[in-house]
This record gives sequence, C-alpha cells and structure tokens, in this order.
Amino acid sequence: MRRQLAIMRQSLFDQGYLDEQFIELEELQDDANPNFVEEVVTLYFRDSARLILNIQQALERKPFDFNKLDGYMHQFKGSSSSIGANKVKAESTLFREYCRSANAEGCLRAFQQLKKEYATLRKKLEAYFQLARQTGPLETASRPK
Amino acid sequence: MNSSSGKEYMSTASSSTGWKAADAAAAADQFPAGLRVLVVDDDPTCLMILEKMLRTCLYEVTKCNRAEIALLMLRENKNGFDIVISDVHMPDMDGFKLLEHIGLEMDLPVIMMSADDGKHVVMKGVTHGACDYLIKPVRIEALKNIWQHVVRKRKNEWKDFEQSGSVEEGDRLLKQADDADYSSSANEGNWKSSKRRKDDEDETDERDDTSTLKKPRVVWSVELHQQFVAAVNQLGIDKAVPKKILELMNVPGLTRENVASHLQKYRLYLRRLSGVSQHPSNLNSSFMSPQEAAFGPLSSLNGLDLQTLAATGQLPAQSLATLQAAGLGRSAGKPGIPMPSVDQRNIFSFENPKLRFGEGQQQHVNNNKQMNLLHGIPTTMEPKQLAGLHHTAQSMGNMNVQVASNGSQSSQNNPLLMQMAQPQARGQVINDSSLGHAPRLLSPMGQPILSNGIATNVSTKTGIQENIRAPSYNPVLQTSLMLNFPTNHASELPGNSFPLGTTPGIPSLTPKVAFPEDVNSDIKGSVGFMLSYDIFSDLNQHKPQNWELQNIGMTFDASQHSNNLQGNHNHSQPVLVQQGFSSGQVNGQNKSATVVSKAMFSAGDSTGHASAQNGNQHLNSLLVDGTVRVKSETVADATPTNLYPDHFGQEDLMSALLKQQDPIAPAEHEFDFDGYSLDNIPE
Repeated sequence: MRRQLAIMRQSLFDQGYLDEQFIELEELQDDANPNFVEEVVTLYFRDSARLILNIQQALERKPFDFNKLDGYMHQFKGSSSSIGANKVKAESTLFREYCRSANAEGCLRAFQQLKKEYATLRKKLEAYFQLARQTGPLETASRPK
Repeated sequence: MNSSSGKEYMSTASSSTGWKAADAAAAADQFPAGLRVLVVDDDPTCLMILEKMLRTCLYEVTKCNRAEIALLMLRENKNGFDIVISDVHMPDMDGFKLLEHIGLEMDLPVIMMSADDGKHVVMKGVTHGACDYLIKPVRIEALKNIWQHVVRKRKNEWKDFEQSGSVEEGDRLLKQADDADYSSSANEGNWKSSKRRKDDEDETDERDDTSTLKKPRVVWSVELHQQFVAAVNQLGIDKAVPKKILELMNVPGLTRENVASHLQKYRLYLRRLSGVSQHPSNLNSSFMSPQEAAFGPLSSLNGLDLQTLAATGQLPAQSLATLQAAGLGRSAGKPGIPMPSVDQRNIFSFENPKLRFGEGQQQHVNNNKQMNLLHGIPTTMEPKQLAGLHHTAQSMGNMNVQVASNGSQSSQNNPLLMQMAQPQARGQVINDSSLGHAPRLLSPMGQPILSNGIATNVSTKTGIQENIRAPSYNPVLQTSLMLNFPTNHASELPGNSFPLGTTPGIPSLTPKVAFPEDVNSDIKGSVGFMLSYDIFSDLNQHKPQNWELQNIGMTFDASQHSNNLQGNHNHSQPVLVQQGFSSGQVNGQNKSATVVSKAMFSAGDSTGHASAQNGNQHLNSLLVDGTVRVKSETVADATPTNLYPDHFGQEDLMSALLKQQDPIAPAEHEFDFDGYSLDNIPE
C-alpha cells in the first residue's frame, strides 16, 4: 500500500498536477501536525469553491466586468499556487490574460478548462489522502526526480 | 527539518532551573527565534501555510485575516510585534494603505506579499516603504531571513537618534525621565548641561554626516537653522541664493546643495504661511516683522520656557537656545504681547499632566471639555483658555485631544495640545484612534478639525484662536508622525479645528495646515512627531508640505500663520511643530505640549489672539511641561492681533522641539528642527 501511495504521489508530480510547492507543504508536516497537508488542501478546496462560484456568477452577467473577474482570479491563483496546484494555476493565468485583453470568449473558454482541471485535481487529491490515511504517515517527502 | 530540531531546541530552552545561565545565553542566541510576527492575509489557505512556516522558523506568530483587525492589534499593543507581513490585495483595506498606517504609527518593518510579481506593484511596495516584497507562493526559505529587517530597522533608528542630536538613546531616555520629573520648575542646571552636550553632539553629527556619508543628511539643528535664517534675512529673502547663504553662514562641512534644499523648504514654508495667513503680503515681510513683535514678549518668555523645556529635557538644550535666540532676535523690542507669566505657568503645569496622558488615553472627552473652556472664553480670556486647553490637552494625553475635536471644535484647542502630548504617549495608539477620527473630525463643526484626531481644538482661544487646533497633532510620535494635521487639512481648516467658538466661521484658520490628512499618509514613516501642529499650521498654512516637512513646517506654518495674522512672526509656528514632535517622540508629553502650545499659538494667530495665547500655552506645556507654557501665555494675552506674539521663539521652540523630536523621530526623519520642519526628510 505504501508503494501504491508513493506511485500515486509521483504521478501527480509527473503529470503536472502538483509542483514543488506541494513538497514545501509536506516538509512542514511534522509530528505536531501530522495531517497538515491534508488540512491545508481541504481548506483550499473549501475556500476556493467560493471563489469559483463568484467567478461563475460574474460570468453570467453581461457585459463582463473584466476588472472584477481579474481580481477574483488573482485571489484564486494565489491560493492555488500556495498548495502547488500546478495545472490549475496555469489555467488561471490564462484566464487573467484574457481578462486583461477583454476577451470574453477567451475568458469563458479558459474558465471551463479551469473548472475541469480543478475538479480533476480535487478527485485525485481526495483519493490520495484517503490512501494516505490508510497507509499511515508518509516518510520524508522526496522531491520528484 | 527545522521542526524537529526546533522542537528540540525549544524544549531545551524551556528547561529551567539548572539552566538559568544557559537560558540567558540561549535567549540571546535564540534570536531570531521568538521574533513576533503578525501576518495579515485574507486568504485562509495562505494564512494557514504561512503560520506553519513561521512557526517552523521558531517565530511567534499571530495571524489575522483582516487588515483593520491587524491595525487594532498593533495599536493596542504597540510593542507587541517586531515585524508585519501583509498581503497586497485584501478586501477590506488595501495592503499598501495598511503599510502606510503601520509605518506611520508604529514604524515596524512591513513585508508585502502577493501572487502579483508585476514590476509596478513591487515598485509600489518600495515607494510605500515596505522593507521587502515576497512573491507567492512563499517558500519557507524566504521567511527564514525576515529577522534581518528588524535588526536593520533598529540599527537605523539608533543612528537616527544620534544624528538627531540626542547623545544616545540612553540620553534621550534620560531626558525623558528628566522631563517627567520636571514639573514646572525649570532645571537650569540640567538644561544647560544637556544643552551643551546636545550642542556638541549636534555639531559633530552634522559634520560627520556631511563629511562622511555619501549622501549626508544634514541635521538642521536649531543653531544651524538660526544661522541660516539670519543669513537669509541679511541677504533679503528675495536675494538669498544658496551660494551667498552658504558663505554667510560659514559652516564647515555644509554644502551648497544642503543650503539649497533647505532654502527651498524654507521658501515653501514661508509661502505657506503667507498663503494661509490673512495677510498674504505679510508672509515674507511679516515673517520678519511679526517675529519681531512676537518676539518681543516672547523673548522673555522664551527664556523661561526654553529653560523649562530644557530642563525637562524635552526641549533639547539646543532648541531652547535656538528658541531663545529666536525669541530674542525677534523681539527686537516689540513687546507686543505681554504674556502673563502666571498663565504660562498654568499652562505649563497643565501641559505636563496632559502630555502624559497621551499615552493611550483617548481622552478625547476630556479634551473636549477643556477645550470648550477655551473656546468659550473670549479673546481676552485667552490666557486662561489656554490654560484650560492645556488641561484638557493634557488630560487627553495628547492624543485624545485630537479626537476630541469630537466635534467641539471650540474646545479643540486643547485637544491639540493634548494631542501633542500624545505623541508622547506613544500615542500611536491614541493617535490612531484620534487620527482615525481626525479625518473625521472635520467634525460637525464644519471645521475639519485636525483630522488626525487632533480635533484641532485649538480654537480655544476664544474664538480667535480657532487655530488652536492642536488636536491634530497626532503625536504619532513615533514613527508616524501622523501629523495629526489631519484636521489641518487645508481644506478643513477654514475654520477647522478651532472650535473656538467661532468655529466654522474661521476660515482663516483653515487649513493652512491642511496637512493633517495629507500628511498622515505621507508621513508614514517619518512621523513620529505627528505634528499635531498641523492643526495649527492648518490655520496658518494649509499646505501640508511634504508632510515630513510639514510636520515641522506645520508648526511653523501654524505659528507663522498666526503670526501673519497677528503680524507676529510666523516662526512661532515652527515652534509648534517642534513641540508636537517632541512630544510625540520622546517624552511625548513635554514635547507634545510644546508642540501643542505652539500650535496653539498658531491658532491664536489665526484667530488673532486667542491663538497666540493658546499657542503659547500650548507651547509651554508642550515643551517642557511647563516651561513652554509660560511663553505662550504671555503672548496670548496681548492684543488680539498679536496673539502670537511670539511665537517667540516659536521658531526656536520649534527647533528645539524638532530637535528634541529628532531623537524620536523615526529614523527617516531627522527632524532637525527645521523650523519648517522637516528638513530631516532625507534629501
């Protein structure tokens, strides 16, 4: 099971879902906070869901308020990057570029893509943590490659 | 990783008994462990991660997700944190605004953070005074070294202290202690010795600064400024060119550039005075003449006050000298306003107590009450009013006063004083509160009472004084000079602060000083002195000149302003400024008292007399706790026109104050008393 967990973890990195920042979080985890990473990730998904909703609602109002959208996405990007959500972060950067160039079409497309990535990451991490809880605390985090 | 070793370390350190010696050593070695960090970010995920990272670095972390709450925490516990880390984009307050507030009020190092790494945002951080900028996602490595900013800042503060003329921080503290001790009795002996010491130091510092530093910041001590002014006057304000001034001054180590920039500030100051005063033409000309008139009576006072001030230690010996010199110089014989010595004393005594309050008491309420006293009193009463003001001011503890404006503009005079006093109180807290109010102070009266909370109560003087605004001072003593001016805002001034009864009507008063609001934001770092004066200055001058200058200048302006009105010298204003500053910084009280008094003066000027009296009173109280007061009062009594009689020495006082404040002034400023203040502002 440990091996399974390790493989799962490695693939998350290899596939670009997670980046170095995630390892930073893992390194913060210690005996005093044995579930730190999971707690942070859970908090992230809870808080960012709110942001996603705000953006969604903003995209339903025409014409688009690009400044506001950019603002929301800036927050979302900050949050995502802090847990190492690599792909999600990339999508939010793209979205912001469309906002800056006032490309409504582009924004919509980017948002759809972002939501997809976001959902995928969530699923993967949930599975990961579930397995982790079953296997017991991980050993020292090792950087990919 | 750190955590494991950290834990171990901690457990070792915490073991007691047998480890006492080791503990002590450990404590010293512990740094940066235990560094008290306040982290502000609206993103809960980031906040959680940062907290954990900082804990891992062995820092003591307090997290906060709202900027306003963070400010409250900082204000409540001024010395409770060593460094602040804040996000740039927050919903309730812009991170840069928070940065400004902290810089002004608490002078703590602030690190900005953001996912935004755009050049202009980072630049904004720099210009607003952030000591570092981190890009999110933040890595723990970046946090490991943040302690360097704390050390660096402390080191700079020390340096500033020295430059400002205080022998060393110890001396400054000593002076503060002395000040506290002095009530109304002047301690000539001490004053003289401290003065001498200060003189020596200042001179040395100045020379050192100019010669050794690459970009030496010239400390415009009272004496130096006096020399400068003398040179300018000799040449004629219109013909005064830096080169000639430099030659006349004949100060080794002083460069033409130093003089040029100082001249520029001086000119602005004068312009402000003239612009503010009702007699615009007077400005420059009146500068000289009113001064004389003002000085007449002032000179006598000055002596007293200065000494007292000196004694209390608040007023740097040099400043006193300067003030005296100024007073004497000016008085050329115009008795002008006979300041009742008695009153002065009262003021003096009042001031002291009040000043002390500054600390945190928001005695706004008190101020109001007191201020009212002043306001209600017709011009003739002025001296008394001043006294009253002082009281209130004092009770307010400086700061409160400001807020006091609570609307009662008339009473505002006191608040000013008080506010000035506040600086002492470390008022930052108070200041903040007052400040916060200050802008609001504009109060119902219609007068923008020193927004800084200083509720420019100044108006006390019986209506005339409106300017008394002192309240604005935001003694922010420490770092942020929060120039309480806020009330002074030029816009407001028109009547602001001086609740004097006349209130809103007092357009003249208006904001000459106008600084307060402007200043505050600018001040950020420099303040320390919060020149409540601004309030006064407002009266006289609205222009908040660079805030930094303004602080000082404000007083100048304020005083000058009044001068203009009265024909007195505008200098008095500067005095105020100083006072405010001093109080803020050090002893806060005394200094602020002086400042306040000065401010009062200014206020008085505007109104005519009342302010003078108030101003004087304030000054007195501010300065030395009493010494200054004497001065102010006498002035006030004089004919309404002259209220400011003297700002006597206000200039001197100011310089003195400024000087005093220097130590306190945040590292950035060197307040040297430029009369118009802020020369300290790094050039």
